[in-house]
Parts: sequence; structure tokens; C-alpha cells
Amino acid sequence: MLYATFIVPEARMRPPIGLRKPLSAPNPHRLPSTIARDDEHLLVAAAKRGDAHAFEELVNRYEAKIFRLTLNITRNREDAEDAMQDAFLKSYAHLKSFHEDSRFYTWLVRIAANEALMRLRKRRPNQFSLDEPVEGDEDLMPRELEDWGPSPEQRFAQTEMHEILSEVIDKLEPDFRVVFVLRDVEELSTEETSKVLGISVPAVKSRLLRARLKLRQKLNRYFRQGDTN
Amino acid sequence: MNCKGVIREISNYIDGDLDLAMKQELERHLEHCEDCQMVVDQTRLTVEVFCDSQPVELPGDVKSRLHDALRRKLQEKSN
Repeated sequence: MLYATFIVPEARMRPPIGLRKPLSAPNPHRLPSTIARDDEHLLVAAAKRGDAHAFEELVNRYEAKIFRLTLNITRNREDAEDAMQDAFLKSYAHLKSFHEDSRFYTWLVRIAANEALMRLRKRRPNQFSLDEPVEGDEDLMPRELEDWGPSPEQRFAQTEMHEILSEVIDKLEPDFRVVFVLRDVEELSTEETSKVLGISVPAVKSRLLRARLKLRQKLNRYFRQGDTN
Repeated sequence: MNCKGVIREISNYIDGDLDLAMKQELERHLEHCEDCQMVVDQTRLTVEVFCDSQPVELPGDVKSRLHDALRRKLQEKSN
């Protein structure tokens, strides 16, 4: 069963990527500093002093994002809910040991990712391992190359796009999916992703490359020009 | 750089992690290889559609169970 976990803003002013255009420098995507609001540290400080309302405000602020994260990792609603709940309860219990050397949100993502990974490992002991080396270069070359046309993301209604993203990420192998989710959806840095997963930076990069190429391949079915499903 | 080299470096290119010499070499290839240009554009868009997606609102039943559990924990701590 699929669970939709994404909403894509419908109207975004971005140049259509499917169109040929002059080469320009790549735009590195946003890092976690853009996620958290400026008053986060005030809420954290108040929660550390025992202000329950401040902690509840943090929960209200991040609950949907943390549920998306745990659902994207486990792809199982029950596990995702348990992992999210335990992540918030553990973060509250260990709040005093959070020394604010990173953003609270990043710290929370680490806890939630570990809770979700623990459940994924338990449910799929033979299907999920980050210890296995990834395949060689041979499989990397894209098999289907078709023009996506201008702005494929604007051809779909919000709910449709929502379902497409959930469907393609659901089909990605778990060891690629967790790296992609942490790095490209939750926007952790490569180093942070490596720490959360306990694998090397080159291993993160290698899995991320494969995850992105596999997702491009899967999205091709939906985005190719002339196709609407 | 050939097509295989571009595909191997595509992630680093999108993330802006390539050194200048490598970036220029890759872009020289893209200038005359429409296929690689298409893969680069589509891979970048793939990252963007996921990155720009917003989480859906937490389902009501999930939210109330979370907040109930939280209140129990807060209660425990204040007792």
C-alpha cells in the first residue's frame, strides 16, 4: 500500500528544465539552515528549563516533517507512527544532553531516522543492509532517454504529483531510499547523512548518485512528453 | 570526459561539489552531447521536485495519539 507523503507547490516560478537552454552553473540545493526558524533556539532553551508549552510548540512545528521522514524510510504507517512518537519522546527525555552544536531540527532528524531505521531493519532483515557494497559503474548509464517537455512538474495537479512521488520513492530499494531521503528530502549534508547512517562519505555519495539516477528513470514514465500517466 | 564520466559525476555537478577544472571539462562535454544534457537536467529536476515537496498535514488520529503520549510523558516528569 502506498502512502502519499509529499505535496508539491503548484505554481513555482522556475525556468522549464525540459527546454534546451544555455549552460549555467548548477544551483546547489538548500541545506538545513533554511528549514529551521530563527526562534527555534529560544523554544529549545525554554523547553530545557521545563517549559512544556515550548516543547509542544517544537512538536507542532516539526511533527509533519518528522512523520514524512519516518514514513519515507519505513514505508509502513504503523512503524512510521511509532518511530515518530519515540523520536519526540526521546528528544524530550534527552533534551538536556542536546548541546546545540547543531540545529534542534537536525538533531531531531537524526533521532527519528535512527528510530525508523531500527524498525526497517527489524521488518526487512534480509532486504536492508548498508554494509553491502554498491554495484559497479555498468548499471549507471540511463536506459530510457525521452524529452520531459517544459515544466513537467506543472503538468500535474498537486495531488497527482503527490502520488507520483510517493509511488516512485516506494519502489526504490531501501538502502538507496534512506540516503536519498536524508540528503535530498530532509536536506542533511553529506557528512550528517554519513553520521546518521554510520557509513562513509564516499558510500553516501555513491548511493545518492544511484538513488537520483534510479528515481530519474522511474519519473521518466510519468514526465515524458505526451504522457500524463 | 566521455558520457560515462559525466554520469559518474552528475551528483557532484548538481551539488556544486566539482572542482573548477572538472566542472569545465564536464560542461564542455554537455555543450555537444544532448543526451547527457538531458540526463543532467532531468536528474536536477528529480532532486528539485522532492526537495521542494512539502509534508502533508499529520493525519488527525496520528496527531492526537502523538500529543496524548507527549502529555503522559510531560505529566510523568512533573510528578
